[in-house]
Amino acid sequence: MKAFEYAAPRSESEVLELLSGEAGHTEVLAGGTDLVGLMKKMIVTPDRVVSLSRVASLKKIEADSTAVRVGAMVSLDELAENPVSEFYPAIRQAIDEIASLQLRSQGTLGGELCQRPRCWYFRDGHGLLAARGKDVVEGDSRFHAIFGNAGPAKFVCPSRLAPALVALDARLRILGPHSNDETLMPLEAFYRTPKSEREREFLLDPNQFVAQVILPHPEGRLSASYEVRHGAGPEYPLVSAASSILVERGRVVEARVVLGQVAPTPWISREAIDAIVGRPVTPETAEAAGEAAASVATPLRDNEYKVRLAKVAVKRSLLKAAGLETGGF
Amino acid sequence: MVEYVWPDKKDASVLGGSFDKIDGPAKCTGTAKYSYDINPEGVLIARAYGCPQAHCKLKSLDLELAEGVPGVVAVRKMKELGDEIHWQGDLVAVVVGETEGAVAEGLAAIVADYEPLDVYVDDEDLQAAEAAGRTADSGGRVQLANEPEGDDEGFEDKELERLFKEAAAVVEGYYGIAAITHMCLETHGSTCEFKDGKLLAHLSTQNVSGTPGQFASPLKLTADDVTVHCDYIGGGFGSKFAVDRWDSLAAQLSKDLGRPVKLMLDRDLELKNGGSRPSGFADVKIGADANGVITVWDSHHWSAGGYGGGVLNQSVMPYVIVPPNYRRRVTNVKINAAPVRAWRAPNHPQGCALSQTAIDDIAAKMGLDSYDVFERNLVNVADEDRRGVYAEEMKIAAKLMDWKAKWHPHGKGDKNGSIVSGLGMALHTWGGGAHPSSCMVKIHPDGGVEAFLGSQDLGTGTRTVIAVVLAETFGLPVEAIKVNIGNSKYPMSGPSGGSTTVGGVSESSRRTGLDAREQLFEKVASKLGVPAESLEAKDGRIFSSEDSDKSLSWKDACSLLGMSPLEVSGRGYSRGSKLSSNGVGGVQMAEVEVDRETGVVKMKKFVAVQDMGLVVNRKTASSQIYGAMIMGIAYALFEERLMDKNSGAFLNAEIADYRLPRLGDIGELVVEIYEPESERARGVIGLGEPPVISPGAAISNAVANALGIRVPVLPLTPKRVLDSLKLQARSA
Repeated sequence: MKAFEYAAPRSESEVLELLSGEAGHTEVLAGGTDLVGLMKKMIVTPDRVVSLSRVASLKKIEADSTAVRVGAMVSLDELAENPVSEFYPAIRQAIDEIASLQLRSQGTLGGELCQRPRCWYFRDGHGLLAARGKDVVEGDSRFHAIFGNAGPAKFVCPSRLAPALVALDARLRILGPHSNDETLMPLEAFYRTPKSEREREFLLDPNQFVAQVILPHPEGRLSASYEVRHGAGPEYPLVSAASSILVERGRVVEARVVLGQVAPTPWISREAIDAIVGRPVTPETAEAAGEAAASVATPLRDNEYKVRLAKVAVKRSLLKAAGLETGGF
Repeated sequence: MVEYVWPDKKDASVLGGSFDKIDGPAKCTGTAKYSYDINPEGVLIARAYGCPQAHCKLKSLDLELAEGVPGVVAVRKMKELGDEIHWQGDLVAVVVGETEGAVAEGLAAIVADYEPLDVYVDDEDLQAAEAAGRTADSGGRVQLANEPEGDDEGFEDKELERLFKEAAAVVEGYYGIAAITHMCLETHGSTCEFKDGKLLAHLSTQNVSGTPGQFASPLKLTADDVTVHCDYIGGGFGSKFAVDRWDSLAAQLSKDLGRPVKLMLDRDLELKNGGSRPSGFADVKIGADANGVITVWDSHHWSAGGYGGGVLNQSVMPYVIVPPNYRRRVTNVKINAAPVRAWRAPNHPQGCALSQTAIDDIAAKMGLDSYDVFERNLVNVADEDRRGVYAEEMKIAAKLMDWKAKWHPHGKGDKNGSIVSGLGMALHTWGGGAHPSSCMVKIHPDGGVEAFLGSQDLGTGTRTVIAVVLAETFGLPVEAIKVNIGNSKYPMSGPSGGSTTVGGVSESSRRTGLDAREQLFEKVASKLGVPAESLEAKDGRIFSSEDSDKSLSWKDACSLLGMSPLEVSGRGYSRGSKLSSNGVGGVQMAEVEVDRETGVVKMKKFVAVQDMGLVVNRKTASSQIYGAMIMGIAYALFEERLMDKNSGAFLNAEIADYRLPRLGDIGELVVEIYEPESERARGVIGLGEPPVISPGAAISNAVANALGIRVPVLPLTPKRVLDSLKLQARSA
C-alpha cells in the first residue's frame, strides 16, 4: 500500500472540499471492504483517502409516503434489518445472499454500488479494460460478460444490489463537485460501459460522491432477486437476476427484469420484459422470458454456460417475485 | 525387562478415550503464538518481489530506487541477470524495511526487465502440450496374467485385445482432476533472529528437528548453533518440510543487519510458490466380466507437476482395485508453474479419482448397483488380508448411508423440479507407519510430569496424543502431562508427513514412559515391600496387583525420587514393535443433489468409515476425518488453480478468487471409526492422510449417479456440469 493522507470530515461539504478533481488523486472510503484490498494491491494508489464514516447525514434511513431515502453509509445489515426493506423483497434477498458477516456489517450501500469489478486481469494490474479486452478474449473469460461486451470492456458489474435497485427504479443523489451541486440520477444511468482506460465504470467525477439511494414506493409491485451461486460462501454469484412486477387481474402489466454479473453494467433485459408483460407469471411464461433474455447474449469463448444461467436466473427471479416455486436450489 | 505393549481395551483408562486438544484453549483465545505472530523487538519486515511473467530471462534489475525509499533498510536480489524464470511469482528480490508500508513502497519501486520466453500452462490439453514440445514419456507398466508363448512380439497388444473382446462390458472414459494449491492459512516463512553467532529461527514448519542443518550450512554454521522453533503452524499439508530459499535469506539478512528479520510470503506469492498438488488426466479403458468384476485395464494418464516435472506417480493407476491384467502409461506435461510439493496423501487422491470413477462407470453401463460392483471387485484388492476389512467397512458405511433404500440406477432417480440426487462411493488405502522419534520424560519429585520431543503439532492433536499415551502409562489424567514440542533442541522426532507422526510419537512416548515407570516402580517396590513386577499405575495411584492395600499415591511415589527429577530418554519404533503398524483402509459414500439447470452440486450426506489400528484419542481422530472430508469436498467441488493459457498468469492467486467450501457447502458428515479387536491389536497407525483420498471419486460417482452422465474433471463446477450436460444433449 502506498502511503496516503487520511481525512475524516464531518459534513458533506467538507467531503467535497477534500476530494480532488483529478482522477486517481483521492478515493472515497466507505466500509473499505473493497477499497483497502485495491490499495494493498496498488491497483488504486490515492494520495488522500476521504472517509465518509463521520458524516452523520449519510447514515440515515428516511421514509415518507412516496419514497425511502437510504444514506450511502448505511450498512447492508442495517438496511436489511430496517422495516422499510419489507417493501423491497428483492433488496432484502440480495443482501441475504451476501453470505459474509463482515461484508454485511462493514459494507455500505454506497460502497456496494461503487465497488470495482472483480475481473482478475483488472485486479492483477492490467487496467480496467485489460489491453482493450484482448487479455480476456484470448485468456480466461469464464466469469466475464455475456451481454454488452462488443467493445473493449469485458468485465462484469460486481454489485449484488444494483440489479435489485435498478429493477425497483432506484435513483441516486450525487453530490459535488461544488458544495451546492446535487444530481439526481436513475441508478441505471449511473453505470456505463467504459470505452477507454480514462473512463471509470460509473458516471461519477473524481470530486463527486454518492450520498443517498432513493427508492420509490413499490405501490404494489412484487419483487425478487435470484443468484446462481457456486457455494454458500461470500464469493460473487455466477449470474443473478432481479425482477419487479406489477400484476393486475392475474397478468403482468409492468415489469423490470435486470441481470447481474453478466455485463459491464446491470443488464436490463428488454426482451424478458416484453416476453412477460401481458401474461400471467407461470413456469412456462417465466421460462419464455428467460429464453428471450438469453437470446441476445454474445458469450465469449469460455462463458457460454453463463447464458444458460442467465435464462434460469430470469425465470427463477420472476417465479420468486410471483411467490411461486422456482424448482431448483 | 519392560515389555512394550498397549494395555487391553478393558484395562485402558484413557487410551482410546475422547479428549479435547490440550492446546485448544490457547488456540481459541489467541494466546497460542504461530510463527506469523512472532515479532521480536526491533524486528524488520521483509517481503518478496515476484516475477510478473511466467517464463522469461531476467534482463535487468534496478534496485536503486527501492533502496532509496524512506524506511527501506535493505534490498537483496534473489536472481542473477540472465537467469531463466520458469513461473509467475518466482522470487526475484526481497525488500527489508522498518514498516509494512515502507516495504510495499520499496517493492513498487523495483524496476526489472525481462526477455519473454515461450509460455505453456495448459496441462489438460495433451495435444497442445505435445505440439508445444512440453511432454515427456514417464514410463509405464504392463502386467498380464498369461505369459506369451515363445518370442511373441505383439503379445501385449493381442492379449489386451483378446481380454477386452472377452469382457462382458467395456467402458472407455476420460477423467481428470485439476491442480490445487496447499493454501496454508499461515503462509510460508520465518522470523529469524541471528545473535552472537547463533540463529533462532521461528519457522512455520512440519519438520522442527530436521531443519536446523538446512539453515546452518549457508550461514557457515553447524546445526548446533541453530534453534528452530515452531509451537503452532497454520497449515502445511506436506508443503513445509524444508527451509525454503526465502527462509535462508531471512537468516542471512538477520545476520547482516544485526536485527531480527521477518519474511513471510504474502498470499499472492504463497499461492504461486508455496506448493501445489499435481493435476491428473487420464484416458481409461476397462473391461469387466458379467458380474462387473474388472478383468482388464488400459490407461494413459498425463499430469503436470510444474516446470520440471513431478508427475502423478504411475503406481496409483489403477487404485486399490487392481485387476490381474493391466497396462498403464504416463506422460509428463511440463508447464510454467512452480514445482509441486507433497500434498496430503501424495498421488492417492488423484489415482482414486481417475480410476474408481471408471469402475463406477462399469456399474452404470451394466445397470448394476455401484455398491455391488465395488464389493465384487474386492477380489481385485492386492492385499488379501484387507479384503475382509473393506467388506466390513462397506457394510457399515452402507448402513449409515441407507444405501440400499436410496439407491437408484444411474440417471434414473426421481426429479424434484430440476434437482436430482445420487449416491457414490470409493475406497482407499495408506501406509501410516511410525517415523523415527525420540522422547525425554521428566518425572519431578512433586509428581509433575513433562515430556520433550522435537516434534510438531500440525493442528492434528499431536500434543494431546503424547499426553494421552503418558497419562495411560502413569495412571494419571491427561491434563497432568505437560507436553513440550516445537523446539529443535528437544530430542529428535521425524517430520510430520505421510501420517507417520501419531505412530512415531506414540512409540517413543510409550516406550520412554514405560522405562521411566519401571524405574519409579523399583523405588515404590522397595518402599512397599512388594515385587516391582506386581505394581500397576492407575487412577493416580501405584499399587500392587497382589495386595491392593499396598499402594502409594502418585505424588507420594514421586517423592521417593529425592531431590532431583527422574529423567529418562528413549527411542521410538523398532522392527517387530507391537505398539504400531502400517497400512489402513477406508470407505466413503457421498450423497449429492444436483440442480440440472444451474449445474450446482450440493453435498447432502457424506459417510466415512476408517480404520487406523488402535485409536489413541477418539475425538482428534474423528476430527482428522471430518477435516479430510471437508478438504475432499473442496477439491471435488470448488478449488483449482486457474492459469491464463496466454500469459501463464496464476489468475486466482487470492483468497477471494480461490474458491473453497464454507459451512453451508458441507452437508451432513458422518464419521465411523472401524476398530474391532483385530484392528486394535495392530497398534497405532496414522490416519492424517487416508480420509482425504476418496472424496473426489465418491462425490464424482454420486454426481454421475444423479445425472446419468460423467462430469469428467474435478472440481465439478457449475460450468463443468452444464458443459457436460450440453455435450450429452448434443450427442443425444
